[in-house]
Amino acid sequence: MAFMGDIMNPAPLWNNGPSPGAFFNFPGNTSVVTSSNHSVQEFRAHSQSPITTTTTVIGLKYDKGVVIAADTLGSYGSLARFRDCPRVMKVNDLILLGSGGDYADFQYLKDIIEQKIIDEQCIGDGLQLKPRSLHCWLTRVLYNKRSKMDPLWNNYVVAGIQDGEPFLGTVDKLGTAYEDSIIATGLGAHMATPLLRNALQAGNIDEQSAKALVRKCMEVLFYRDARSFPRYQLGVVTADGVTIDDVAEIKHDWSLAHMIKML
Amino acid sequence: MSSIGTGYDLSASQFSPDGRVFQVEYAAKAVENSGTVIGLRGKDGVVFAVEKLVTSKLYEPGANKRIFHVDEHVGMAVAGLISDARQIVETARSEASNYRSQYGIPVPLKYLNERVSMYMHAYTLYSAVRPYGCSVVMGTWSEYDGPQMYMLDPSGVSFSYFGCAVGKAKQAAKTEIEKLKLADMSVKDLVKEAARIIYLVHDELKDKQFELELSWVCAASRGRHEAVSRAVAAEAEGLARQALADIEDSDEGDM
Repeated sequence: MAFMGDIMNPAPLWNNGPSPGAFFNFPGNTSVVTSSNHSVQEFRAHSQSPITTTTTVIGLKYDKGVVIAADTLGSYGSLARFRDCPRVMKVNDLILLGSGGDYADFQYLKDIIEQKIIDEQCIGDGLQLKPRSLHCWLTRVLYNKRSKMDPLWNNYVVAGIQDGEPFLGTVDKLGTAYEDSIIATGLGAHMATPLLRNALQAGNIDEQSAKALVRKCMEVLFYRDARSFPRYQLGVVTADGVTIDDVAEIKHDWSLAHMIKML
Repeated sequence: MSSIGTGYDLSASQFSPDGRVFQVEYAAKAVENSGTVIGLRGKDGVVFAVEKLVTSKLYEPGANKRIFHVDEHVGMAVAGLISDARQIVETARSEASNYRSQYGIPVPLKYLNERVSMYMHAYTLYSAVRPYGCSVVMGTWSEYDGPQMYMLDPSGVSFSYFGCAVGKAKQAAKTEIEKLKLADMSVKDLVKEAARIIYLVHDELKDKQFELELSWVCAASRGRHEAVSRAVAAEAEGLARQALADIEDSDEGDM
């Protein structure tokens, strides 16, 4: 009976296999970190940089309301790829929302906000989301996403009427938020903010001069920001409700350009 | 009732020997005990009217509404057990919301109705659940398709209607609806007719108090489902009371 081996001391029943309930560990199909020769740096997440982007949003509070404006260009890197990307949206009768940064991320959040508003209307108690609430909600959403190392790559500008008073606030992709009477995001933060501040220091302004000032800023930005576009949306929110004007076009004139020498 | 004592009425998953499902029929009975609900489809929109029976004077006015928004463009009026109905409303809302997020357009009523019908029908198939004790009427209006209206039973059956009635006085209400030329009427007129019919079929002896609920979804509301404005509703209600008083006067005159 030699072929039976040593009957008194048998070999282990299950040799060289996985532990019970586990799988065979084939080479090249391993999930064990120690046997991997990849280093962490070799992984690259593509969701963490913007693709189709938009530039500045300008917001300006005046005595009875808020004006915001943004151009309609969707840039693909430095390529002016999409020319009709509206990014000033009416949320409800109290809120206007503008967005700069990744356009897809804005569209994603826009759908969610629109459904929020429908859910609210379905309740049918006549209550409406107020700008300060939306602003706060945006900070939570954006902060939450950045904490997952996958931010929504946007700057949001929330304009609205809160209990009869104008409201203007912004949230960036990290969830950092503040309120101010003037807000400009993107390159406009550097170029439009000083213009707006100067104008505001002269005292309170009315709707007409607020609009004119924002239009002036859009024009300056168009000349100096290489990611801008001559067509832009301008929205106003007052106690009477929200209006978004038809897309306006900047009449541009480059006849001075040859006289400017960059040294 | 033929079902009593025959032993086939305890489960929704069993037929009786003559081919009926008694649990479903009992659910239909639950609907017949509720206040009357009517839906009218005119040329430019759909109007809902509900006779909401107020079971206690201690309720605030406007409590326990029976007309709901499902989406911006879809309204739902319900008859039967209110708690069951609210669950159907929730189901319809999430269907509408899912459709919107998937396809980026408002859900077509035909599709929404199909989904909600399938959901209700599923509750007539298993012994572990009971059918929903409610009927719902759904309506919408769009520029492209015009007005649309569906009524859905506890059995999961649904049809599209020009005019429909469900609840306590559905027979009387249907008789009245049949007298109308629905396809030629505008929602402005239909609101008045709807209010009149609800006041007419209301049984003052059995149910003392009731509130009239009116809503519409029409061209004038830009395809949005909304409660009929207070002024229009008050006018319709005033005319309804007047019409009722006229009938009573003429009855006395006959005697």
